[in-house]
This record gives sequence, structure tokens and C-alpha cells, in this order.
Amino acid sequence: MTKHRKWLLSCIAIAAFLAVVFLLEQTIPKSSNWSMLFTVLEKGSIYALVAVSMNLVNGFTGLFSLGQAGFMLIGAYTYAIFTIPPEQRASVYQYFDGGIITFMLPAIPSILLAGIVAAFFAFLIGLPVLRLKSDYLAIASLGFAEILRAIFQWDKLGPITNGSNLLRKFTTYHTSLYPIIAAGICIAIMLLVINSSYGRAFKAIREDEIAAEAMGINLFKHKEMSFVISSFFAGIGGALLAMFQTTIQASVFRAALTYEFLLIVVIGGMGSVTGSIIASYLFIACREWWLRFLDSEQYIGDFKVPLLRAGFRNVVFSVVIMIIVLFFSQGIMGTKEFSWQGLGGLIRKIPTIPARLRRKFKKEAQVNE
Amino acid sequence: MSKENVLRVSDVTMQFGGVVAVNNFSMEVNKGDIIGLIGPNGAGKTTAFNCITGVYAPTNGRIEFMGKTIVENHPSGKMKNLYKGENAGKYTKAIAPTPDKITKMGIARTFQNIRLFSSLSVFENVLIAKHLHAKQNIFTATFRLNHKEEKRMREESMALLKEQGLDKYKDDVAGSLPYGLQRRLEIARALATDPKLLLLDEPAAGMNPQESDELMEFIRQIRDEYDLSIFLIEHHMQLVMGVCEHIYVLDYGIKIAEGNPEEIQNNPKVIEAYLGVDE
Repeated sequence: MTKHRKWLLSCIAIAAFLAVVFLLEQTIPKSSNWSMLFTVLEKGSIYALVAVSMNLVNGFTGLFSLGQAGFMLIGAYTYAIFTIPPEQRASVYQYFDGGIITFMLPAIPSILLAGIVAAFFAFLIGLPVLRLKSDYLAIASLGFAEILRAIFQWDKLGPITNGSNLLRKFTTYHTSLYPIIAAGICIAIMLLVINSSYGRAFKAIREDEIAAEAMGINLFKHKEMSFVISSFFAGIGGALLAMFQTTIQASVFRAALTYEFLLIVVIGGMGSVTGSIIASYLFIACREWWLRFLDSEQYIGDFKVPLLRAGFRNVVFSVVIMIIVLFFSQGIMGTKEFSWQGLGGLIRKIPTIPARLRRKFKKEAQVNE
Repeated sequence: MSKENVLRVSDVTMQFGGVVAVNNFSMEVNKGDIIGLIGPNGAGKTTAFNCITGVYAPTNGRIEFMGKTIVENHPSGKMKNLYKGENAGKYTKAIAPTPDKITKMGIARTFQNIRLFSSLSVFENVLIAKHLHAKQNIFTATFRLNHKEEKRMREESMALLKEQGLDKYKDDVAGSLPYGLQRRLEIARALATDPKLLLLDEPAAGMNPQESDELMEFIRQIRDEYDLSIFLIEHHMQLVMGVCEHIYVLDYGIKIAEGNPEEIQNNPKVIEAYLGVDE
């Protein structure tokens, strides 16, 4: 397939996808069960953006960083603070005399600002933290994310951050296309970075730091670069998440949120952008939609299905994740990416997949014996 | 006959805590030379290499490259009292660039245990080595404003692979190549950084006699083709004696002999270090 044809196919696929989303949005009423689809699409896109940004550092540069929630927090707050209309500030900042900011910015500049502020903090945090390796880097970045959350909840900063109270009434979007397109553009830019000369340098660092350095790659500079770019997009992800939720509070951005992204990156495959995107949508769809039924009592005819009650969803979810980690340790995609040839090959292979899986498990069973 | 000096190592001592790994080591590489460094296991050969390539900052001594001081250090801090080497106080400056800066100056190296980017393709391995001399920045590289440079980097890498006979493996995963080709790729990758001096750390390790004969020819060939000077560590005596014009011998971190292959072969100290003596 020629390069041009691939481009054309991709463009058509994207346009068709957006058109379908647009049409569905016009036709499906908000009250129907299917409106969950839009939650999945919106939140899935935002999660995909943050997961890819995390993959850039963890999967492509080989750094074990757990600061994503912290940078999302910065992005979400920066966005929210600058887009609350002045006339609403008195009610939002009711304990802090309406806050100290008396102007508002349009949405898109605020989103960019959210990314820039997150990137700036990442730059500062990266100076000491990126000199550490593996587990130490993970602990230090996690620690910084928690410190940031504590600072944003600090009462003395209340006039800006509203302390530990909710921020609300800021500008949000009105169509599901907004987060999908925004996340799409950001992911496209990250893909360009990954496929550039710098992306190759990141991968070299992941493969072998000592050899990368011997090939003239300045380790610290490139790690910092990857970290800052990743945080920039995590900040934008935070801003979009704020828009999705319509209210934000620092307590949402706990370490547990970072683990969700880590999980997505691992399930999707460390070092695969496509994997992160697919895993994000699957993760959100399972958690918010497909496995919901496990949380309430269900009857098949007169038979009451045992075990189903509030919270059972999380049990099933954990089991599913364990199965994935145990049997598909490379994740859905490994380090492969989507390609039209790959898709064509997959479609041709579909009839033989059950047989192939059986063979795979048989082989694994033999190895285990 | 005086040739242009490429590398001059003066009084380099490397001490780890109380252990002196390399003691007062001096050597020279002139343009076009193939110089060997030999010695029994644990003699400090790789440590000497690591001092030159910036992996370690030597405890004391100076290293000059193309007439410019690139590394210089003197015992300081805790090391001041611990220092057991010689020539303390002769050097006063503390210059310790990181390995990437040294590579940028024109010293490339290979590793004793092959260190390829093993899950990347052969082509990418070489292409990565072209990154350091590129004039792009992250912004122009991301938005493809550097496509001319990118194209040049790709063409140069491809040409290099062709010269090294690796072009038919260009899309293979580097880790899947047979051992001999991995060695060759590692040298190709080092050549891609446009070095003036190439350091080879045991290039013949794990090769059979025929392969090491080929390697000998190959080393001479790249020296001439790429206008290089070569400094190599090797255990394989046949190769060292066959290819090197001048050899240094280390034992317990101390230089015990230097000279041309014949002199080394007949040097009693060298024989003693390698074989021991009857007492």
C-alpha cells in the first residue's frame, strides 16, 4: 500500500468516526441507556490522552514515573481557575471573598495554559528527580504528586485554589466531539514526537542507557524533555477531565488515579500508542458501563444470580486484570502499532483465532509442566 | 617521523575507595595508529577505557584529545587522604565531561558485552547514532521542519550499512542477529557518530579463529576508509599481535611494558604476568 493511500484511508476513517459520533449524538436521547456511550467516548478519549502521555515516559523512554495525577491536577486547576466567569466567582469562592482573580480567559487558551503550567512544574520537579533511577524515580515522582495535591488543598492558597472546596461553574464543552478532537490532536503530536529523531533517542535510552550515552545522547536532557512533554499533555488531559466532570476537587487526583493510567499503559502494552488508546476505551467502558450490571441484583427468570451486589464489579474487574497480566504480559499490542496492513492481516486471521489461542495455551501448559 | 597526536593520556590514576584500579597510566595514540592494550583479567583495561570515554572521572591525571585537554582531575575531598597513587598535586583542574560530550568530540566506543538497542531495528540502531550531530531541535523535529536533515541522516545511515554489508538486515531486530553481525553492527553504530578515534573493547571476544582473522582485516580496512585511529583492548593474542603497531601491557593497574608486538612477545615481565614464573 502506498503512503498516500494509507493517509487517505486514515483521514476517511477519522472523518467517518467523527461523523458517526456526531449523528449518534443528534439521535440518541440523553435519557436512554445508550447515552453511556458518550460518557465512554469522552472519558475514554481523555484517559487515552493521559495514558499516551504516560506511555511516552514509561513505555518509550523507560523511566518509571508515577507523577501523572499531580500534573493532571495542575492542569485541571489552572484551567478551572482561569475560566470561572467573574460574576460567578463570589458563589464559588464563598469562603474566600470571591478569590483574587477577577478575569476569565477563553477555553482554548486556558487549556494550553494548563499544559504549560503543568510542563513548567514538571521541568522544576524533573531537575532533581530525573537524576534518580527506576524505583527511586517512581517513589520521588509519586511523592511530588502527593505534595502538589496537599498544596492545592492548603487553606492559605484558598483565594486562588478555593482550598479543599469544589471548583465549579467554569466553562465546559457541549458536544462529545470536543474532547475527542482535542485528545486526538494531542495524541497526534505525541506520535510525531515519538517518530522523530528525539523519539528514537528516547527509545535508545529505554533500551540501554549506557549505550545511548556512548552514542552521544545527553541522558538528562532527553529524559527531562520526555518528562516535560508528557506532563504538558497530562496537564491538558487534566483540563479536559475538569471539563468532563464540570466540577473538580484536589482529592480526586490521588495516587490511585495514576495507577489507573499505569494499568491502562500495561494492559495496552508498554511502548504502544495504539495499545494505550484501545486499553483506555476498554477500561472506561468496562468500569462505567459493561460491568455495571454486576453491582445490582439480577434475575434470570425466577433465578436470582448469586454474588451480585454493590462492589462486586470491582472484584470481577480485578480478576480480569489479573488474567491479562498473567497471560498477556505484553499487553494488547506489545510494542506494535496500528497499521492498515496489520488490520487487513488480522481480519483475514479472525476465523483461525480460536485455533491459534488453543495452540498458544497448549504450548504454555506444556512449558509450565 | 612525527605524526599528529590524537590521544594523550598522562598519569591517569583511577582509585575506587582503597582499590587502585589503574595506576599512573600514560599512553599516546597518533593519527592512523592501531594501538592495543592487553593484560590479564582484572588488570584495569576496561577501567582505563572508561576513564577515556567519560564513564568514570579519573582520580588523578589528564587526558588530551587532538591537542585539547578533555579530562583532568586531582584527588579532592575524601580522596585527598585516601589517595595512594603518584603525581598528586601535578594536576589542578577538574574537568569531567559526561560520555555523550566525549562522543560528540569524536571518540566512539564499543562494549565488551555487546550493548545494542536490541529491540530496535538494525537501521534504527545506526540512525540513533546520527542524532548527536543533528542541528534540529525538538520543535522542528516534531513538526517535520527538519525533513532535509532527517533525510540526510537516513541516507548516511543507509550508506554506512551498505558499506558494512549490513544493508540486507536493515529491518531485522538488532537482538536477533547472529553474534558476529551484532559485533559488526556495534562497530557500524560507533562509526555513525563520525569519530576520529575508535575504542574497541574486546572486539574478538567469542569469535572463532577464522572470524578473528576477518576482523583483523576489517579493523585495518575501517582505519583506512574512515581515516581513524584505533585503540583496542583484546585478549586474543593472535589478533593483537597481527594488527597492532604498538601495544601497552597492564597488570594490576600498572603499565608493565610497551612496545611493538615483537618486543612485547619477548618481554619477560609480560610472560611473567601471563604465565607466572617458577619459584
